Amino acid sequence: MTAHFRIAIIGSGPAGLSAAAHAASLGLAHVLLEKTGHLSDTIYKYQKGKHVMATPAQLVLRAGGDTPFAAGKRETILGAWDARATELKINVRYNAEVTAIAGTGEAIPGSVQKIVTRKRDGSSATTELQRHAPPYRLTLADGGEILADTVILAIGTQGNPNRLACPGGDSAHVQYQLDDPGEYTDEHIFVIGGGDAGIENALGLAADPAQANVVTLVNRGAEFSTAKDANVKALLAARDAGRISIMTGTTPRLVEPGWIVLDTPDGEVRARADRIIARMGSAPPRGFVEACGIEFTSGDRLAYPKLSPVFETTAPGIFVVGALAGYPLIKHCMNQGHDVVEFINGNRDLKPADEPILEAKFAGLPGRRSVADWLERLRSRVSILGGMSPLQMREFMLDSEARFVPAGEIVFERNTPGSSLFGIVEGEVRVEVDPANPAITVPLAAGSIFGEVGLISGRRRGATIRAGSDCILVEISRGAALKLMSAVPAAGREVTRITTTRSLQQIFKSGLTPDDLAGIIATAKVETVRAGEALIREGEAGDDIFIIRSGSMVVEKLIAGKPVFLNYVPAGSYVGEMAVIDGGPRSATVRAAVKADVIRLEGAAFRALLDAKPELLARLRADMADRTRLNNFIEAKKDSFRGLVDMYTGVANFLVDQGVGEATDVLLIDEKLCVGCDNCEKACADSHDGLSRLDREAGRTYAHLHVPTSCRHCEHPHCMADCPPNAIHRGPTGEVYIDETCIGCGNCQRGCPYGVIRMDKVPPKKPWLLSWLLFGNGPGPGEPPKAWAYKHAKKGVETPKKAIKCDMCAGQSGGPACVRACPTGAAIRVSPEQFLTVALLERGAD
Amino acid sequence: MARAAISRAPVSRAVVRAPRDTAHEGFLTHRRGLWWKVALALSLVVSAAYALIDQSPRPNGGTALGYGLGTLGALLILWLSLLGLRKRIITRGAYSLKAWTSAHVWLGLSLIVVGTLHSGFQFGWNVHTLAWGLMMIVILTGLYGIIVYARLPEQLSANRQEVTQPQMLEAIRALDAHLDNAAQPLGPDDAALVRLSLEKTDIGGSLRQRLGGSYARDGNARALAAVRGEVERQRLAGKPDQRLAQILFLLERKEAALAQARRHIGLKSRLEIWLYIHVPATFALLAALAAHITSVFLYW
Ligand SMILES: Cc1cc2nc3c(=O)[nH]c(=O)nc-3n(C[C@H](O)[C@H](O)[C@H](O)COP(=O)(O)OP(=O)(O)OC[C@H]3O[C@@H](n4cnc5c(N)ncnc54)[C@H](O)[C@@H]3O)c2cc1C
Ligand code: HEM
Ligand code: SF4
Ligand code: SF4
Repeated sequence: MTAHFRIAIIGSGPAGLSAAAHAASLGLAHVLLEKTGHLSDTIYKYQKGKHVMATPAQLVLRAGGDTPFAAGKRETILGAWDARATELKINVRYNAEVTAIAGTGEAIPGSVQKIVTRKRDGSSATTELQRHAPPYRLTLADGGEILADTVILAIGTQGNPNRLACPGGDSAHVQYQLDDPGEYTDEHIFVIGGGDAGIENALGLAADPAQANVVTLVNRGAEFSTAKDANVKALLAARDAGRISIMTGTTPRLVEPGWIVLDTPDGEVRARADRIIARMGSAPPRGFVEACGIEFTSGDRLAYPKLSPVFETTAPGIFVVGALAGYPLIKHCMNQGHDVVEFINGNRDLKPADEPILEAKFAGLPGRRSVADWLERLRSRVSILGGMSPLQMREFMLDSEARFVPAGEIVFERNTPGSSLFGIVEGEVRVEVDPANPAITVPLAAGSIFGEVGLISGRRRGATIRAGSDCILVEISRGAALKLMSAVPAAGREVTRITTTRSLQQIFKSGLTPDDLAGIIATAKVETVRAGEALIREGEAGDDIFIIRSGSMVVEKLIAGKPVFLNYVPAGSYVGEMAVIDGGPRSATVRAAVKADVIRLEGAAFRALLDAKPELLARLRADMADRTRLNNFIEAKKDSFRGLVDMYTGVANFLVDQGVGEATDVLLIDEKLCVGCDNCEKACADSHDGLSRLDREAGRTYAHLHVPTSCRHCEHPHCMADCPPNAIHRGPTGEVYIDETCIGCGNCQRGCPYGVIRMDKVPPKKPWLLSWLLFGNGPGPGEPPKAWAYKHAKKGVETPKKAIKCDMCAGQSGGPACVRACPTGAAIRVSPEQFLTVALLERGAD
Repeated sequence: MARAAISRAPVSRAVVRAPRDTAHEGFLTHRRGLWWKVALALSLVVSAAYALIDQSPRPNGGTALGYGLGTLGALLILWLSLLGLRKRIITRGAYSLKAWTSAHVWLGLSLIVVGTLHSGFQFGWNVHTLAWGLMMIVILTGLYGIIVYARLPEQLSANRQEVTQPQMLEAIRALDAHLDNAAQPLGPDDAALVRLSLEKTDIGGSLRQRLGGSYARDGNARALAAVRGEVERQRLAGKPDQRLAQILFLLERKEAALAQARRHIGLKSRLEIWLYIHVPATFALLAALAAHITSVFLYW
């Protein structure tokens, strides 16, 4: 007979384990199903000895069954959990992967879920799923079955590795993970998959020639397009040094014991393979979750399941907690594990553990309201928050701030960096649209939003905003705003509509009102342009005009048969105006420097606007005259100094290839001046806890212009995308920095395409410089050698490895230390607009 | 911590970013050549004073002008010596080492005029001339320094080809591992040749080799020559041993890798070797200067 439980908990991570522990201590009939052979696989897979952090510090821990958790070594935490699970007699089943969950009761009327699956080619198919009432039948991978009245899904977000689909793919010598590359010797090993994981594994296996492994990396494509540049370079270097073989354009066809058969561009190849490591990415758990009848908030990649305030999904009796619910920190996970069991057990008044945090957020506001009241007030007043559930509001508020701003006070100033979005809960604010005359303002009423330009473009604030009356505002962090737009598609559309109108007003100024713009906004379309794709082609007809919302563009023109770089256009500008004004064909090609979002405005509608607004026409003509002058200047140069202009184009293209198009501030080294003294690196280390955030020699070089491995402070930092404690921010002077709440998970390091983040421990303090100069004490200026740091580390104190990156020396009066400390002037830190100008033309002259 | 306070402040004001030098100018022309202009003006003024002011009985350090020049020169020398400290004390202040170097180089050159005129061309075998001589050694090595600073970086960059020094050394280590493997099936004589390459190769070599760039007597070069000869002989005699040909191929690659690493190391040595005279001579100069000044006040 199939076993029947009151609660089945799937996944034994911090969330699932805490839930099971609570169920056990309450004496509820439960089972904890874990896919692997141990508890908490995500944490189990952390690097050995990793220091696990317990953030946020203000949050009280309310773990089920008093499961212990405090910051400490991975091993200590896992050990304590194993012990607690045994003590509480948690009913765990290991190696029990749940593959399906289906209601066994009656069909629930009207409860049908539509599941949209997207294919690689862009097409999609929709299937419909009729939900059935509990109890649920859980099917296990080994064919076993379990019945449960309620199900707690706590499977995290790691998903399952994509499997080798070819015959023999499930052979014993195929594995999907590599814990310790040092473990294998004298083997013929094939690594399948040319992403970062595959490349890193292959390099690890081949790193020590003494291991004598014969390593081959197999990649389906001809190029390694998804891997980081630094990894690809290291791989190619390893191949050139004869340590690794690479097979591109190749897929596995068949796996036999001890052998692998591959389809290569030159036909079939059979090779000895003692071990096959498949690293072909992993499928997010979404497919499995949807198939259980659980709806997501939207089709967006960032979306989470739709949940009620008690974590219940759209399938009645199935609950989702932990990282899968959108809470990636261990403390949150454990608290939710406890809470969800309380809810299931009938306690509906339980206040969530984050209540004190939220209370503190609302404490400074006038009017004494409860947290729930405030959340509801925010939700019902601010238009874009309308579609959120109470639970979503709680999560949203953890990453946002509410504040009271008295009349007349400034909310933010023009030219401040900032990417948060503001909603007006009460009162009104005034936008100072004209920097020259603060008296000219445009009011914004309660319910609306502002700050969206910073959010979308990653650029500085375009106007000063001042409270027009006493106001209550909600400041939504960039992360929370992005989640919001993906969770509530209507909010996303609203933000787009508002940004379009406002960016038109801001770019074209000329006193345009939303009414003037209504006609043209109706024709506006937001389009995404891939990096390198041309938005406008020289010589073609067309008179649409484009506003660059995010990303940046380069303008180039064919001169004497060769494309010549003319200009760099950042987000917040427009292109394509010449054709509207002079009616001719496109005079230059405009290409995306990085993936960019543009707003396309129809030429005809725009011309109508120009006819109605002669000031606007005059303005455009003035801009156009500037651009034409630049073009003529370069064309003139081209005749006399052809080599110079080619060099200019080459350098500009090189910099754009190096990601300078999405940079706000980039370190460049003129290798005609660099004497290799590494004073820049030493200065970096000495002004930042003894760790250098820059690798001078590494990185690409073109025409003696070198882009070292150092943060570019991207407009939309990739590193920020997936930081569990939200520790990465943009600082007040535009720098992207990591604060002390970093938990050292390394997501940012993997996310940064330029490989500029390192994970390291802060070394002990060095003796004073003079005592080194006079008596030779300590290692001298710069980053201390590892051996020294190890020897002088405080015994018994564990220093965690954290993410370390450039903070642009914010707060230091002289600006970046690397630049200050360069004796020859080789190192400069500049923004692309500063550098990608005609001034570059002069560089080649000497 | 302080940072968190800023970002959570109730209003966000435009925090002014610290002013910084974004001009793309080398140290010789820093601020449109400010310092060579200053140094030139200084030299001209000093020379004019020397020519125009009557110094009786004869020009030397003892006249009023001589005292003036001596004080100026000594202060300049002290300040020039401080560059060594400035380079190593990384403070948060708004200094620019480039500006320091720029002033250092040009004011240092003007010392030729200041110091020599201070002496009134009275040279002899004494501590005073010793100080002058040391000063000239420091200045001339400095002059050599800016010549290499101007010429070598471009070569260093071109030779590197985007490879870092650790990567160069790593590539050589990897080739060694291959050589070791490939040598296993060889006979004792040939294996000895490979060992010659593995054990008797010194990547950097002596200082002389670094500066001169000649490594013909080095283990790998000798092994390569011998193996190449051997393979050539076998080729003429009929069919060369495939295993030895493989060794030849690896030795050639290693030679190329060595050449790149050695050019790199050689260029870096040339970029700093002069400092090993410039700086100790500075210390000697400071000592001689102290002796010179003391003796002047004791015996004059
Ligand atoms: C490298 C790294 C470092 C981190 N460091 C920290 C830190 O220091 N502090 C911190 O607070 N957070 C940290 N995090 C985040 C934190 O580890 C996770 O967010 C957290 O583990 C999520 O917990 P969870 O219970 O929701 O899911 P998980 O911990 O992911 O657990 C899910 C469990 O479910 C099992 N499972 C999955 N599918 C099935 C199935 N179908 N059937 C049965 N079982 C299944 C899995 O095997 C796994 O054991 C880090 C994350 C990473 C990747
Ligand atoms: C008496 C005069 C001078 C004194 C006492 C002096 C002293 C010094 C000292 C102490 C250093 C620091 C070296 C180090 O710590 O690495 C230095 C560096 C240097 N000096 Fe001089 N110097 C003098 C004149 C000159 C002149 C005339 C020149 C050039 C023409 C010159 C060029 C340099 C250069 C290029 C550096 C290296 C800067 C760097 O790379 O950081 N010096 N000098
Ligand atoms: S760390 Fe990387 S992704 Fe983040 S801002 Fe810097 S360069 Fe961009
Ligand atoms: S800063 Fe990086 S390493 Fe630190 S927690 Fe965020 S993503 Fe993880």
